[in-house]
Amino acid sequence: MKSAVIVFPASNCDRDMITALEKITGHKPHIVWHQDSDIPDVDLIALPGGFSFGDYLRCGAMAARSPVMKKVIEHADRGGNVIGVCNGFQVLTETGLLPGALMRNDNLKFVCRDVKLKVENNDTPFTNAYLPGQVITTPVAHHDGNYFADEDTLKALEDEGRVVFRYVDDNGEATRAANPNGSRNNIAGIISRRKNILGMMPHPERLIEEQQGGTDGLGFFESMINALN
Amino acid sequence: MKARVHITLKNGVLDPQGKAIQHALSALGFDGVEDVRQGKYIELDLTETNKETAQASVEEMCKKLLSNTVIENYAIDIE
Repeated sequence: MKSAVIVFPASNCDRDMITALEKITGHKPHIVWHQDSDIPDVDLIALPGGFSFGDYLRCGAMAARSPVMKKVIEHADRGGNVIGVCNGFQVLTETGLLPGALMRNDNLKFVCRDVKLKVENNDTPFTNAYLPGQVITTPVAHHDGNYFADEDTLKALEDEGRVVFRYVDDNGEATRAANPNGSRNNIAGIISRRKNILGMMPHPERLIEEQQGGTDGLGFFESMINALN
Repeated sequence: MKARVHITLKNGVLDPQGKAIQHALSALGFDGVEDVRQGKYIELDLTETNKETAQASVEEMCKKLLSNTVIENYAIDIE
């Protein structure tokens, strides 16, 4: 599986994403600077976490209008796969590739801790290596992860099975206490209608080897290898 | 020409920062503040001299960058 990681000014989780992709796919991803006008032919484009453009104006707003995003959108429109993690998710909503918006956490705090996620839909290129309804642990680290969409959009996302990850407690219940940021319906990650674009606030790339405290993030990447090879 | 743009959250979108400001005002002894919602103010210096053209241009800027129309409204003043 060939991949590319897009780097914006002040992206800072690109190294983790590059390391994860290289370790798990066996291929070093292309590293693409935001001003590049071309992306090599790849199966997967990853938008990593960070504070691109200092979160100026709105998180991901400037990055979404970067020259390279034109090519990312073309890749997505052709059915190519795209993942956006944390700031990457914010960029995807700012481009309109995914619906909704990520707002300031409702508790106003920067939340940096492990959360439990339920895999709501394992029939996707990003979750087929997980069991349906499996509860996994991943870290979150964000100030603006509060997912918002209007009622019609939320209904469509739920009805169409496009909520892929949901914040849950130890019992797998989507409670208020399990929600680190106030996201509507405890939504942690969603997928596009064509199932080729996924955005999520938690960081699966930070939990791929035992040294990191767990390997629940492995399934995310293994799913992509299953689907895209 | 100067364009003044006010960007505010849509009704129905929670504004926890506004709430935090409201609590802080109350703690300072300012009673009677029923609600606070905060937004952004952006000033643009334009070379355009025609008011209608400027208005249309700034509308495009708002839709394309300055505001996130999923959660924000914008109001433009041209002088």
